[in-house]
Amino acid sequence: MKILVAVKQVAALDEDFEIRSDGRAIDPEFLVRDLNEWDDFSLEEAVKIKEAAGGSVEVLAVSVGPEEVDESLRKCLAKGADRAVRIWDPAVEGSDPVAIARILAAVTRREAPDLLFAGVQSSDQAFAATGIATAGLLGWPHAAVVSKLSFAPGAKTALFRRELEGGLLHEVEIQVPAVLTIQAGINTPRYASLRSIKQAAAKPIELFGLADLGLTAADVGEAGSLSRIRRIYVPEKGRAQLIEGSAAEQARRLAAIIREFQGAAV
Amino acid sequence: MSGILVIGEQRRGELRPITLELIGAAQRLRRDGVEVAVAIFASEPAQFTAALSIAGVDEIVTVAMDTPEFDPDGFESAAGALIEARRPEVVLVAHSVDSFGFAAALAAKHGFGFATDVFKLDRIDGELVATRGGYGQKLSVEVDFPGRSTVLLALRGSSFKTPEGSAAPRIGAFAAPRATSRSVGKEFFELSSADDVDMTSAEFILTVGRGIGEEAKVAQFSELADAIGATLGCSRPIADAGWLPKSRQVGQSGKTATACKLYIAMGVSGAIQHLAGMKHVNTIVAVNSDAGASIFGVATYGIVGDIFEISEELRRHF
Repeated sequence: MKILVAVKQVAALDEDFEIRSDGRAIDPEFLVRDLNEWDDFSLEEAVKIKEAAGGSVEVLAVSVGPEEVDESLRKCLAKGADRAVRIWDPAVEGSDPVAIARILAAVTRREAPDLLFAGVQSSDQAFAATGIATAGLLGWPHAAVVSKLSFAPGAKTALFRRELEGGLLHEVEIQVPAVLTIQAGINTPRYASLRSIKQAAAKPIELFGLADLGLTAADVGEAGSLSRIRRIYVPEKGRAQLIEGSAAEQARRLAAIIREFQGAAV
Repeated sequence: MSGILVIGEQRRGELRPITLELIGAAQRLRRDGVEVAVAIFASEPAQFTAALSIAGVDEIVTVAMDTPEFDPDGFESAAGALIEARRPEVVLVAHSVDSFGFAAALAAKHGFGFATDVFKLDRIDGELVATRGGYGQKLSVEVDFPGRSTVLLALRGSSFKTPEGSAAPRIGAFAAPRATSRSVGKEFFELSSADDVDMTSAEFILTVGRGIGEEAKVAQFSELADAIGATLGCSRPIADAGWLPKSRQVGQSGKTATACKLYIAMGVSGAIQHLAGMKHVNTIVAVNSDAGASIFGVATYGIVGDIFEISEELRRHF
């Protein structure tokens, strides 16, 4: 029994960032990287299933990206993943979520897990597409925005709740193997202990190239993508009128806004 | 063939309002001689034709489904067959939880051009260009779809105007091939909580976000909310951490601040899902130490500063 957890190393903007000279990406020097917030929850959900089963479940963390992504995979190993796989080839540069999904689908075929988890979305690009695109390419049953899950290893189905808009939940039963995208808040992700961080540092990270997965450069990058970035730009600033001054002065103005509201409400 | 196809969204017998926004977006995109068709998938789709007879719709396509509610396999199969049969140049769906569950799989399988969370649409030199956000809305990203004859776009809510006026579109049925569904939808549950607060009816809300840093700080803001007469709300990370009950969460998966007139957001960065629940509020005051936080993009007033310092100073006035 195996659970594959697809994770992404996301990027946040440094305070003073610069757009690359071709206008289509951020200069990587100005990006701060970390494991995607949602993926912390999907990894935890897989590890919880493993622990409840008392062994016999393997949790495999998979990520697509260059060497620096090893740092995020080590974090997954420290938090309970048994194995970590990274896939990279320079041709992957410029991939959209569907091109990434082609790679994840190929790894999934090779590893044949019972469940594939992915985060609902990534905090940097927020497509909310990679996991479900992977399911489409695999032809597997799938569900998005899972906020509660019951699954016993070996069972033919999983029962879950998907979190809809406005606080509504929908209970669904799905055939396994399946792809589920996991919502933040489904569990409380653990912190890695110092000891497990040390142990993770010594574990190998398996590296696959495109050929190992039966893929070519045409399957990934811009050629394998369903969209292409034309340009990125900083949008015009919003309409907020800034309240300047010391904290005391700012608070005085805020108090006046509240009084005005209270006066109008009476 | 050309044309714009809108895939409407219904849940439990009600048309979801974003469907009308999709129609508004389709109107913006339409060129001379291009028709706008709206498809609705339901076990009894005819019940929605009156609500869909709005200006700008040329045709309503009813698609009868085996299940009353969203089912990923059924939707993918029916939508795929409908698109292959009509070959529209653009297909519009909502960037919603139901679409999360099928649109990417559909696009990947059929090779449609694809982008999600789109809030702006243009034609530049005749080519379709979609704009979405990046890095917590700090950047806008323009994407295009070279070589794709059909493009599937999931549109962000509250980004396109709802059309006004009614019309008498043609109504036709599309017989979708039967799909084998591999999941079974069961019950719906409303978010319940011991806390009986109703965020939707609160007129004055003070919301705390990730910026409060730790659970022990919640009490301070709860006390402040009481003092100034506000209902205490929170953003998603605070509810996820269990620091405040889910019933106080404002945003897409939480509650919409429907009746709110004054909204003070403290330490809320302004994730798009949070903004969906409050950006309509008349007066919004954002307090955040990060001058680049996207909450300032929807706020009426902005205070760049330390939320603890501001809240302590504010408390002195009440």
